[in-house]
Amino acid sequence: MLPCGDSGLLVEVQDLDAVLALYAELVDDLPEGVVDLVPAARTLMFRIDPARTDPDRVARAVRAVEPQSGHRPDAGHLEVPVTYDGADLAEVGRLTGLGERGVVEAHTAQEWTVAFCGFAPGFGYLVGVDDQLTVPRRSTPRTKVPAGSVALAGEFTGVYPQESPGGWQLIGRTTLKPWDLDREPPALLVPGIRVTFVEA
Amino acid sequence: MESWLEVVTPGPLTTVQDLGRSGLGALGVGHSGAADTPALRLANRLLGNPESAAGLEVTFGGLELVAHGSMTVTLTGAPCPMTVDGRAHWALGVVRVPDGAHLSLGLPLTGLRSYLAVRGGIDVPEQLGSRSCDTLAVLGPAPLATGDRLPVGAPSGPLPGVDLALVAAPEAGDVSLRVVDGPRADWFTADARAALLSGAYDVTADSNRVGMRLSGPVLERARDDELPSEGMVCGALQVPPSGQPTLFLADHPVTGGYPVIAVVVPADVPRAAQVRPGQRITFVRIPSAPPDPGARE
Repeated sequence: MLPCGDSGLLVEVQDLDAVLALYAELVDDLPEGVVDLVPAARTLMFRIDPARTDPDRVARAVRAVEPQSGHRPDAGHLEVPVTYDGADLAEVGRLTGLGERGVVEAHTAQEWTVAFCGFAPGFGYLVGVDDQLTVPRRSTPRTKVPAGSVALAGEFTGVYPQESPGGWQLIGRTTLKPWDLDREPPALLVPGIRVTFVEA
Repeated sequence: MESWLEVVTPGPLTTVQDLGRSGLGALGVGHSGAADTPALRLANRLLGNPESAAGLEVTFGGLELVAHGSMTVTLTGAPCPMTVDGRAHWALGVVRVPDGAHLSLGLPLTGLRSYLAVRGGIDVPEQLGSRSCDTLAVLGPAPLATGDRLPVGAPSGPLPGVDLALVAAPEAGDVSLRVVDGPRADWFTADARAALLSGAYDVTADSNRVGMRLSGPVLERARDDELPSEGMVCGALQVPPSGQPTLFLADHPVTGGYPVIAVVVPADVPRAAQVRPGQRITFVRIPSAPPDPGARE
C-alpha cells in the first residue's frame, strides 16, 4: 500500500491475476471517496477525493476484501475478426519459434481478458492463458501505427484504437473500432471483457 | 437570441476547460479539466455560474474575441491586461461586454494561465461528461482556432453582489512547492532524494498541460529494473531515465512506466500550473499532505 500524497493510493499486488481478482471484487463497490480506480500490470491506483476520505481509510477498506485467486472480472465476451498480415508477423514467428501460422493459431486458440487500459483511451491490455506469444517490444518504436492494428508486447496483446506511435509487434489488423466516441459506451475493450480473435 | 463568442485570434493556446472527467481511468481516459482549478471556480463564482461551468483557459494571453450578444465576463488566474473595445479593465472584476464588442487580452504580468469565464458558461457539447479539452487523449473541443464560434449558455442564477475579488496573483521568481514521498521514492538513492529537496529546478519550455519538464539536479535510481506501468496522479514527479523529473498536470497520462519519486500536494498543484518556463521551482518535503482548502465536490 503506497500513498501518493492524499489524492491517491497505489496498491501493489503479486501479479496480474491478483490485479484482476482485486479489481473484480471492487469495481462495482468502490470504497467511499474513491473517484477513480485504475488497474495496471501489478498495481491498482485508487484516486481519492481528499475532502471525503484519506489513503488510510481506503487502505483499510481494500485490506478487508478477500479476492479469490484466479477470479477474473466478467464484463462479457467479444469476438474480434483479424486479418493476420502484420509487418512483424514473421519476426514474431521467429521469436516464438511457432512460425507465422503457429502465431495465428496460438492467437486465435486462446481466450484473452482485458486486464487494464492505458496508453490511449480505449487501448486495452489483453492477457491470455499461456505465455506462448510473449515477445519483447520492438527495439525501435514505429512513429506511426495505423488504427486497428493488432499487436503483441510482453505478456499482452492489444488493438491500437487510433493511429499513434507504438513499439508493439504488429501481427494483424481488424476493422472493429475499439474506441468510437459516437458509440455508447465508446470503449469496447474495457477491463474484464473476454475476447476471442478469429481469422477474418 | 442566443449569444456566442467569435474567436479572432486564439493566442498561443486557448482551450475550453471545466472541472474535468471523473471515473474513466479504467478506460484509459484521464481527468483533464482546468490546470488551475481554484482560478476557474473563482471566475464562475464571480459570475453566479455553477463552479463546474466551462470557461476558457488562456495560455500566455493573446486571445481576441468578438461578443455576439451582450454578456458578462471575468478574468482570473494569471492577470492579463484586458480591453473591451479599447477600454482597459482589471482582472478579477466583473465586466459587461456589449453586443459586437471586441475583447482582447495582453500578456500576463505574472503566471501562465488565465481563465476567461462568461456568465452562463461556454456551452459547447460535452464529451464523456465534460467540456474539457484533453490535449493528450484528444477528447473534448479542440483548442480554439480563428473563426470558431463558442455558444454561451443561459445564466442559471442571480449575479452575486461582488464585483471584484481580491486574491493573490501567481508568484514571480522562485516558487516553492510542498511534496510528500512518492510511491516509488525507494527506487531512488538517498542522494537523489536529498538532491530533489536541495536544488532548484528550471521549468523548461518543453512544458504543457500534460506536464512540466524540469531541469536541475539529476535524480539517480537505486535500482535499474523496469517498472510495470502503473496509475499516475496529478502532481506526480515522474523520473525517466534522464534523471530529470516531469511534474504531471491536468492532462497527464493515466498510467506511466517510470517511477514517481514524490508527489506535489493537491493544494499546490494549481500554483505549479502557473509557473512559467524560465522560472525555478524548489521542493519542500512534508510528512503528509495538509488539507486542501480548495477541495470540494
